Amino acid sequence: MNPDSPPDGEAYAIETAQLTRRFGNYVAVDRLSLRIGKGVVFGLLGPNGAGKSTTIKMLTTLLPPTSGKATVAGFDIVAKSRAVRSRIGYVPQMLSADGALTGRENLHLSAVLYGMDAAEARGRIGDALAFMGLEAFGDKLVKTYSGGMIRRLELAQAMLHQPAVLFLDEPTIGLDPTARHSVWDRLLELRDRSGMTILLTTHDMEEADALCGELAILHQGIVAVTGAPAALKAALGAQASLDEVFAHYSGGTIQEGGRYIDVRQARNTARRLG
Amino acid sequence: MLVYAKQTAAVASAELHKLMRDPTELFSRAVQPILWLVVFGQVFSRVRGIPTGKVGYLAFMTPGILAQSVLFSAIFYGIAVIWERDLGIVHKLLVTPAPRSALVLGKAAAAGLRGVIQAGVVFLIALALGIELRWEPAAIAIVIMAVMLGSAIFSTFSLIIACIVKTRERFMGIGQVLTMPLFFASSAIYPLDLMPAWLQSVARLNPLTYLVDALRGSMIAGGEMAHGLSTDFGVMLAVFVAFTALAARLYPQLAR
Repeated sequence: MNPDSPPDGEAYAIETAQLTRRFGNYVAVDRLSLRIGKGVVFGLLGPNGAGKSTTIKMLTTLLPPTSGKATVAGFDIVAKSRAVRSRIGYVPQMLSADGALTGRENLHLSAVLYGMDAAEARGRIGDALAFMGLEAFGDKLVKTYSGGMIRRLELAQAMLHQPAVLFLDEPTIGLDPTARHSVWDRLLELRDRSGMTILLTTHDMEEADALCGELAILHQGIVAVTGAPAALKAALGAQASLDEVFAHYSGGTIQEGGRYIDVRQARNTARRLG
Repeated sequence: MLVYAKQTAAVASAELHKLMRDPTELFSRAVQPILWLVVFGQVFSRVRGIPTGKVGYLAFMTPGILAQSVLFSAIFYGIAVIWERDLGIVHKLLVTPAPRSALVLGKAAAAGLRGVIQAGVVFLIALALGIELRWEPAAIAIVIMAVMLGSAIFSTFSLIIACIVKTRERFMGIGQVLTMPLFFASSAIYPLDLMPAWLQSVARLNPLTYLVDALRGSMIAGGEMAHGLSTDFGVMLAVFVAFTALAARLYPQLAR
């Protein structure tokens, strides 16, 4: 984050101020204040239960904040939720492509729900399938896809309407290394080609290092530190890995923490994709 | 408006594609009406104590059993929605700018078309049992509209329950608890006049009663209605509009 940027909403793709979400007495996200510039790939890191998914759900308008404010693509997530929704794409941590439909049918549903007309939809669906390397599988049922193919299809669905901001919740959870790299490749090319702002959550340091220009490490609902991956590593000494940065700021190991429901969700996703 | 209609149709068409690829549910749903008409109906048509007007008891209950099969299959619609929630499909739908009511209406429309297939099945059973059915296009059109509207009502009701309970286990429990009372507190297998006063008042609040009534007046030869088509369709439409509005409000709860 560049401290010289003007503090006006237009300069940022995402801006949050004191964003907070409670579930009963449990504070999932605690007064989160972030500014994410346009075109940045921003990583929210943290162990299970750190508040990553809750943050994404608030920013994608699925979950109203308990208090605080946020704007996405220049619009307030509560007052202008529909304007936000038409400008964002979202790939949930869970498996969101419908296995009982073909890839093309999944894409067509998204296209219509985003208000595209038939001709526009057809063109963009063809392009998206080609971009994701799925042309040959467009008319196959998604339940016959591999985990990596499903994730790429979900990415295709989320980017079909050319959103200003793309949200990815644990984009490669449960994927084998080959499939993971296939998803990373597509994401990097998407970033370079479209200039889209991407906010992704991960608890994987390698992923953060490979994809993200900026990071925030979340721990128990609070931002422990923000910065570019290289700067964070440099701050802990020349030899430090991101793992060490993570351990340093999240006060322990990656596996620690996590409510039952978060763990269950992560495992379900891993099982379905694996 | 046009975009809204297209969004509704896209949701419905996705649902129907899935149903066509795995029609086993349609077959298993046919078993229950066969049992009710062939076993229960045949036995009870020997009981002469139930006043059913000009038609025999079996003919009298046939529209009731069609209404029941509509209710029973639509009321478990919410299970599929909870499944979509566990997967994340609901989240994906809810982050689109499509109005929530278009998503709800799309699902209701798919349920409505599924109800028409069930009507076909019950017609076939009734035909095999020698029940005199009405074949005028106008009468069939009324049956189709009533069945679609009834399916839409109960599937939307089911969606509302799914939004509130959110888990399969709780949903199954509530679904079981609701279906039989809705069925028995209606005019499906006995006329309203036969019920004690308190049950009659319950039955008058039950949308199933109006679905049965509309079907009884249009499906079987000589069938008599207690309320008349305008009341039947008026009540069903009003209930459907109210349920759709409520479901559209509650639907986002599923993604939380």
